This record gives sequence, C-alpha cells and structure tokens, in this order.
Amino acid sequence: MSMGLVSEIALVSVFRRRSSCRNPARIANAAAFVQALVAFGLVFVPSAFARDRLSIVGSSTVFPFATVVAERFSLSKGVAPPVIEATGTGGGFKLFCKGTGANTPDITNASARMKVSQLALCRKNGVDKVIEVAIGYDGIVVAQSLKGKPFALTLPNLYLALARQVPKEDGTLIDNPYKTWRDIDPALSALPIEVLGPPPTSGTRIAFVESVMDKGARSFPSLAALRKRNQRAFKQAAYALREDGAYIDSGENDNLIIQKLRRNPQALGIFGFSFLEQNRGILRGLSIRKGENTVAPTFDKIADGSYPIARALYFYVKAAHLERSSTLQAYVDMFLADDTMGEDGFLLDEGLIPLPPQELARVRQAVASRRAVEAQNLR
Amino acid sequence: MKESRLRRRYRAERRYRFYGKAAIAFAVCFLFFFFVAIVSRALPAFSQHEVLLRVALPDNLLKNLSTAEGEDANISEGAARRMLDAALAQELGGGGSAHERRARRALLTPLAALDLKRRVENLSASSVSSLSPSLLLPSWSLSFALSSSSERFLRAQSGGEQVADPALSDMQRDMLTALDAKGLVAKRFNLAFFTRSDSRVPSAAGIRGALLGSLWALLIAFLLAFPLGVLTAVHLEEFAPRNRLSALIEVAIYNLAAVPSIVFGLLGLVVFLNWWQLPRSAPLTGGMVLALMTLPIVVVTARSALKAVPEGIRNAGLALGASHSQTVLHHVLPQAMPGILTGAIIGMARALGETAPLLMIGMVAFIAQAPATPLDPATTLPVQIFLWADHPDPAFSSRAAAAILVMLCFLVAMNAAAVLLRQAFERKRQR
Repeated sequence: MSMGLVSEIALVSVFRRRSSCRNPARIANAAAFVQALVAFGLVFVPSAFARDRLSIVGSSTVFPFATVVAERFSLSKGVAPPVIEATGTGGGFKLFCKGTGANTPDITNASARMKVSQLALCRKNGVDKVIEVAIGYDGIVVAQSLKGKPFALTLPNLYLALARQVPKEDGTLIDNPYKTWRDIDPALSALPIEVLGPPPTSGTRIAFVESVMDKGARSFPSLAALRKRNQRAFKQAAYALREDGAYIDSGENDNLIIQKLRRNPQALGIFGFSFLEQNRGILRGLSIRKGENTVAPTFDKIADGSYPIARALYFYVKAAHLERSSTLQAYVDMFLADDTMGEDGFLLDEGLIPLPPQELARVRQAVASRRAVEAQNLR
Repeated sequence: MKESRLRRRYRAERRYRFYGKAAIAFAVCFLFFFFVAIVSRALPAFSQHEVLLRVALPDNLLKNLSTAEGEDANISEGAARRMLDAALAQELGGGGSAHERRARRALLTPLAALDLKRRVENLSASSVSSLSPSLLLPSWSLSFALSSSSERFLRAQSGGEQVADPALSDMQRDMLTALDAKGLVAKRFNLAFFTRSDSRVPSAAGIRGALLGSLWALLIAFLLAFPLGVLTAVHLEEFAPRNRLSALIEVAIYNLAAVPSIVFGLLGLVVFLNWWQLPRSAPLTGGMVLALMTLPIVVVTARSALKAVPEGIRNAGLALGASHSQTVLHHVLPQAMPGILTGAIIGMARALGETAPLLMIGMVAFIAQAPATPLDPATTLPVQIFLWADHPDPAFSSRAAAAILVMLCFLVAMNAAAVLLRQAFERKRQR
C-alpha cells in the first residue's frame, strides 16, 4: 500500500506547485479524488490475499475435462467454482512454478509430461513438492468430411505428405515435391494434399509432430541414421511442416477446421479426439495403417494403445497447498473418483480415454502418500 | 463545344453521386447480411426444450420433510439419480439394465441429477415451514432441460428434416418421439441464458457472469480514465506552458493512443499483478488495464473538444474578472463537455470489445460464478464469446452468437447514451 501513499503525495505536490496560486478549491477536489482512490485500494486489496477458490491454469487440451469436473465439484460440494485458465502447457508451468501461496495457482494442467527444466524452475522458486497426477489419454485424429471417400494412411505417408523436406532415394533431403496423395503411394487417391491443422504454439501440434512426424521420419534409413548421429539436426529435418499451402495452419480454433472440412470434402483436418466425438454426424476419422492392419480412431483402440497417435494428459498439484486446503484435496479426490473417470464416469462422455485400473490405483496412491515427482522419473 | 463540356460535367456529377449511394448500399447490405447471419444463428440459444417428469419422493425423505426437520432432507447425487431413473422409467417403460438406464438418462442434461438434488434441498428448506405436511404429495411434477443432442434432434424433427445424428441411438430417438407424443416436451424461453454464468452444459450456460464482469471492468475503467483523462487534457490545453516538455508529452499521448492493446495487457501483468500483487482474473485489474488503454483516447478527444471552444469565451471570462481556472471550469469545460463525453464513451465502447489485454491478466478463463465485487474472478462478454466459439459442442456456437447480440445491444445502448448526453448538454448550453 506504500505505493498508493507515495503516488498520492506525488500527485498532490504536483497539483500544489502547478496551481496553488490559482484555485485552492480545485486542489482540495483533486486531493479528495486521489484520496478516494487510495482508500478504495486500502479497503479492497488486502481482502484479495485470502483466497477460498481454487486457481487452476495450464493446457487447453485438459481444459474441457477440468472445467466439467470443476463445475460438478462446485455444484455438488456447494463451494465456489474453481477458476480455470487455458494458458497452454508451457504457460501453465511458468505460472505454477512461480512460488507457493495464495497468489499462485494450485494446479497446472498439462498435455505433455513436466520437463526436468520446469521442475528445476519450481524448485528454484520454493515449490519443492509437486505431485504428478496422470488422468488419461487423448487421441489425435486425422479426419475428413463424411462426404469424402474414406482411405487409410500410414505414418510414413503422413510424414511424406506434410514434411517441409523429404529424403530422396539416396538419402539427401529435398523440398517436398508431392502434390497429390497418389504421388506418395500409387494405391492412394489422386486428390491433392490439403491438410488443415493447428499452429506451432498448440499442444496438439507438438504431440502430432512428436508422434507422427518423428515415427514417420524414422522409417527412412537415412533419417534414422541422422537421428543417431545428431538429434538436433534430425529434429530440424523431421519436425518442420511444409509451408507451400499443402499444410494449412488454421489457428487454435478447432471449430474453424471442422467448418472448413464440412465445406471441402477433399481436405483433411488434424485435431483432438474429443472434437471428433462431438461431430460424428459430420466427420469421419481416418484409419491409420501399419503393415496389414488398419486401426480406426475409436475409444477402445486409443484406450488399448493400438491407435498410434495419442498422448497422456496430466495435472500437477503443489503438495504444500494440498496440506493447507481441504477444498483442493476434495477436488483432486473428485477428479480421481470412479464416478469421474471410472468405467461409467462422466469424463468419458467428454472424450477422455481413462487410465487402466491398476494405473489409476497407482496415481491415487501417489496422491494419498504425497509422493512428489523426482527429476530422474521425468527423463 | 461548350455544350458537350457541360454535359460531361453533369455526367460526372451524376456518376459521383451514384458512387456515393452505391457505397452506402454496399455497407448496408453487408451490415444486413451480418445481422441476419448472427440472428439466425443465435435464435436456438433463446429457447430450450424441457420435459415434464413426475418425480416420486422416497419415503424416508417424505418423513424427514413432514417432521419439519428440513435440514435432514439432504440427499446424495446418487439418490437423486435413482429418483430420476424411476421417473424416466415410469414415462418410457423399458428394462432396468444399466445400459438402458444410461440411455434414458442421456436424454436429459448431464446436470439433471444435481439439479434435482438442489431442488429437493430447496424444497426442504423453504416449503416445509409454509406448507402443512398433508399438502406434500408423494410425487412432484418437475421439468428438466433436455441434453444438447436431444435438443438437436427435436429441432430437426420440428423443422421437418431427417438427420442421422449418431449422438443418439435409435432407441433414444424413439423415446424422444414418445415423450413428444405424450405432450410432455415443451419449448420454453431460455431464461437461464440471462440468469446463469458459464457452464459446460449448454442448457445451463448463461452470460450473467460475463455481463457483470464487463460492467464492473467498464465502471472501473471509466472512473479511472475519465477524470484522469479530462484533467490531463484541461491542463495540457489550458494551463501548461508551450515548451519542449509539453510537446514531448503530447507526442507521447498520441503515440500511446496507437499502441496495440495487448501491450497494455503486458504492462498490467508486470505492474498490477507482479508488482502491486492485485488479484488475477479480477475485473478490478481488468478495468485498470482498460483504463490505461482508453486514457490516451479520452485525452486526445477531450483536447480537440477543448480546442473547438471559441477563444472569445475564454477572453470574455477573463475580461469579466474570472480567474483562469474559474473561466475553464465554469465556461470552457461545460462547452466542451458534449465532445468530451462522446469521446469517452467511444473509448469505453472500444474497451468493451477488448479481449487481448485481458488474456495477459487471466480473465480468459472458465468462471462459473458471477462476480459479486470487482475482486472476484470474472470474464467479460467478448472473452465469453471467444470461449464459447471454440467449444466442440455446436450448441455453444449458437450461444456465442446470442452473446454477440447481447454485446451489440450493450454497444448500441452506450452509443445512444452518448447521443442523449450530448443533446442534453447542448440544450443546457443554449439556455
């Protein structure tokens, strides 16, 4: 509050110097106004430090699941609903690791596992014990309009269709020459390659690149050798998507991609499984082929791990906050309850693929015993 | 020779007039198209299908209610779900397998059981004291909102189109048709859209929280930006000596008016949140950021309004012996007030539509409760529109369109207020 007082003195003295000889009433008015402002600050600001509602930040992929739990939590327990911000996984850790106390979030949601550097940041700021809670999986689908002709793709097909540079027969990298799917594999259709997907800042894009482009690129001997030799050069070669119009960056708005797919049956779109679930009347998810098998993106296939493009979802809790707040403990318990993510849980209707039962038991055990995440487990 | 030149000039004249009219017609068409598109999308959000069910209250609950010990009438969510299952089975028949129970329950919104629990608890809290126990019937007619997929099916059916929405099974479609045939399904005005805050269930989602958040933030922005802006403008225009410093300040203010709004958000994050430790996601902080953003606009418009006041008024005031500040406060400022207010309200209207700076201070969030004070977490209308437009359930895009309509009404009201205020001041001035 010393800030307010200083500014009051500064402002009042400015008014004095400027106009003291002209109009004393005006000085009084101005001073009263400034004082009113400061009083407003004095009365209101300290109450902000006592916080009874949970503060949650993090991934926009976990956001739909967290908000559903939060709403039910508040309705059934009769407490103030938690505030949930979709800051993205990275932004979430930044806020979460700023320290402990009422001005920092209690939980951060993550669509990728915590990095060692993020844990180090937490430790540096006094957030010593962080508990990791895995909540399930989310599939990433390549989808098309129901009006389009269905076909299946392999991961190398997707890599060749979307990478900025692809290897020639002799292993040297050239700019991606493929215009139609048939150019890549004669068995595919002659439609032009046109894929709508998320921008580089999106967690979906990162997961897509790490599971599809990485695996696709590794199927070529020259790139697999490069990966062994030089990780960074491999990532540069494999993770860059093409910018010649075949891959269309469509912003963070998945609904926009769905609208465009609906109008253009030739195009494909990349987004999370939950969006496919909600739009089954319009869209079809492409099957992924591996050898002789094709796997469609369905709930069961993602859950048992046979659909290859999926990622784990997590949230992270501060153990220190868990000790102090019974509300936080109740929220975490509700998230892990059978009603929420068991066989018949309501999160399954939202498109969450739950953990296998023994895995869930392990997570519950970790929360109950306050087992903090350690750097060697994250590698 | 002369004739033809004259004719050419007339032709040019007519052509220019036509261009002007065409431009206006184009703008009107565009506006009309925009408006029709939004209204047609928003309409479904203003109505909601509800189904009337007879819920039987379990014996132990009735006993609790009739002994007037209302506090004991709390029921668990599971018990409420069983009551709901029984009521649905009574209307629809069918087996009692878990699968069938779930299929029936999925016709209602996912919050139906919690809703019933709340209503039973309200009943026990309120009516017991006023009603005699004998008036309590063992069953109770209540209406429940239908889920968004049922909603889509019923709308498509009443529109005469056949859509194969895979969100519903054939059995569920037959159930809905049966309920409709019994006359238990009614279409109501969706009052919840105005009385409730954000929710993950479309039928329970409303704009109250966002509207209140916008009001609080704008109020704070106005209280800060208007006095500060007008005082700055008066000082710069009427009192400050013309020197390098005032020229520098002037340039700085004009530059500030052109700074992208996200920069003010960053400033708010660093100064208000990190340094002053103001609460995150609160309309107080949001209002302060919006005030920073509108301040230069207020200063610039207030200065031009002051400049437009004829010099003669100042001279007359001074010649009659009024002090400098008396002249300004009693004569110049009232003359300039209509212009100042218009500028301030236009600045506020811009602040109303702003999302980017609020992103940095945590107001882009899921907040299911309306703010009671400016320190409670809240979102604003444009943020709510942004969040709903990005939702996978199509029912939310119609809610986003409806929220756009509400925001447009808000904007029109603000602009109308600007016009009315200006007229009022002008009338006062003429008197």
